[in-house]
Amino acid sequence: MSDRSQLIETGQPFIFDEQRDAEFERLIKRYPSRESMILPALWLVQEQEGWISAEAIAYVADRIGTFASKVYEVATFYTMYHLQPKGKYHICVCRTLSCYLLGKQEIVDYITEDLGVKPGEVRADGLYSLEEVECLGHCGSAPVVQINGEFYENMTVEKLKELLATLQ
Amino acid sequence: MQVKVLSARFDIPDANTIEVAKKHGAYATLDKIFAMQPEEVTEVVKASGLRGRGGAGFPTGLKWTFLPKGLDKPVYLAVNSDDSEPATFKDRYILVRDPHLLIEGIIICCYAIRSNAAYIYIRGEYTSQVKVLQAAIDEAYAAGYLGESVAGHDFKLDVTVHRGAGAYICGEETALLESIEGKKGQPRSKPPFPAVEGLYGCPTIINNVQSIASLPFILANGADAYKAYGTEKSPGTHLFGISGLVKKPGMYELPLGLPLLEVIEKVAGGLREGRSLKGIIPGGSSTPVLTAEDAKTVTLDYESMAAHGTMFGSGGIVVLDDTVDVVKLVENLIHFYHHESCGQCTPCREGLGWMLKIVQKILNYEGTTADIDLLLELCDNIEMKTVCVLSAACTMSTRSYLNKFRSEFEAYVAQSASKHATM
Ligand SMILES: Cc1cc2nc3c(=O)[nH]c(=O)nc-3n(C[C@H](O)[C@H](O)[C@H](O)COP(=O)(O)O)c2cc1C
Ligand code: SF4
Ligand code: FES
Repeated sequence: MSDRSQLIETGQPFIFDEQRDAEFERLIKRYPSRESMILPALWLVQEQEGWISAEAIAYVADRIGTFASKVYEVATFYTMYHLQPKGKYHICVCRTLSCYLLGKQEIVDYITEDLGVKPGEVRADGLYSLEEVECLGHCGSAPVVQINGEFYENMTVEKLKELLATLQ
Repeated sequence: MQVKVLSARFDIPDANTIEVAKKHGAYATLDKIFAMQPEEVTEVVKASGLRGRGGAGFPTGLKWTFLPKGLDKPVYLAVNSDDSEPATFKDRYILVRDPHLLIEGIIICCYAIRSNAAYIYIRGEYTSQVKVLQAAIDEAYAAGYLGESVAGHDFKLDVTVHRGAGAYICGEETALLESIEGKKGQPRSKPPFPAVEGLYGCPTIINNVQSIASLPFILANGADAYKAYGTEKSPGTHLFGISGLVKKPGMYELPLGLPLLEVIEKVAGGLREGRSLKGIIPGGSSTPVLTAEDAKTVTLDYESMAAHGTMFGSGGIVVLDDTVDVVKLVENLIHFYHHESCGQCTPCREGLGWMLKIVQKILNYEGTTADIDLLLELCDNIEMKTVCVLSAACTMSTRSYLNKFRSEFEAYVAQSASKHATM
């Protein structure tokens, strides 16, 4: 189910940068209700900062004109919103059906044992974080891995090693 | 066996751009439909026999007729692009390879149902896909196919992409509406059905991406041309996603009604060397499994699947060979549904967690025969006692493995007994 993390305060005020501000204003015209902007606004925050802080939640609520608790509720229900900073490379490995059948566990084991980061954790140096996620809609090219939103298909431990080497 | 109806432009380079798509026929149906009355468009869709491709197979044209007449509220279209039932990965091809096909379908549908606003609900994980789709929408606006006057006709249409954020349950149509409204994705009790009271309390039609993308062909060529594919009760073509333990997994467009085993053999390259078939999941993870024996006679259509005690589902076929440990597979599936439960119904939230613990106990060689029966009992007690059918998706599939592959569960139990005896 959902992320039950506590919100983290950065001590810094949050505001959208110019580009996100414009996108917020473009999108809000598309909905008859301002609260429909909660999900899109949280995406804008995450694109800008990489994660969603307590200040950002308050800012979004304020911009929309709703309660911070409503924004918080959404931010904690949907698993893709990060309530804490992730690694520079956030690796999501699909753990479901077709990826399971085609060996996702070897990939998870490699990341856990060799890269030293367990599912749900960020490595101490901040380089990697790992998450085991449910079906990513690429089952025909299983097993799949998503790194910072990009899909990598038909993965093997070898391919992942090469990929991580080129990313750095 | 493969056909190119929906996928006609999939292999054309840059068919995601309006320029190339138009060269190959995109938006050609618009003049034709705007010369018809909206009800006439609906009639053609009804006559085509198109059934919803989101999994339930509800006739598309018929669904549109459920909208109340003469209301002065706006009507909305929500296009379901959640593509999230495990083993389902077909809609993504439309979004990325031919987004203008989807947009043209949306225009046709919105004209027929008299809607001026459509929302495409796309799963949050599709980060690069959403960019391709949004770029196509921007092009369609610039070319005058969307906006104040669609293709110069007296018809206004706005299309907005709404991104989910990682919740399978938002594929369920009312959870999807909640999510567009800015809430947690928790399904609503029905009735009222969305056609009467949907998005923002207004009449709303929810259709799957593939259902909508089937419309341009139907309107361009007529209902009979569509019905020339498939069977009488399951007309048309379908994007099938074949995955699991086959040589050539992938997405293939096929007419409905083909023998499943022949498709696995000829289209997906058959099983891997030296392997034998254990079973096939016919239409996404929630559909009851077929044994190798069942698979011999089943065909890829709604009637045959029902006659074999399962469902056509979403066209996501998973091939299981003799290397598969069914108990571990069931653990994987229950984990999925438990994880994705929205949490508002106790039987689903607690029951699926309980089922997961029991299967894990069996896998840890601590289970008994009574645990197997308890699992079956839980399935009966959870199913149909909840707001939506997510829980049933889990129990129906789990029950099928328990019944058809009970010996594999018993083998674990027998080993537990001998382990404990030696201790
Ligand atoms: C738990 C659950 C998940 C679903 N996921 C999807 C999905 O990912 N995509 C989809 O089109 N329909 C999904 N559906 C079916 C939708 O509720 C709905 O029936 C469908 O979008 C209607 O479109 P159609 O009539 O064109 O098939 C799901 C249903 C349930 C109960
Ligand atoms: S059955 Fe499960 S997913 Fe569906 S509404 Fe109830 S708790 Fe939510
Ligand atoms: S099961 Fe991994 S992408 Fe679908």
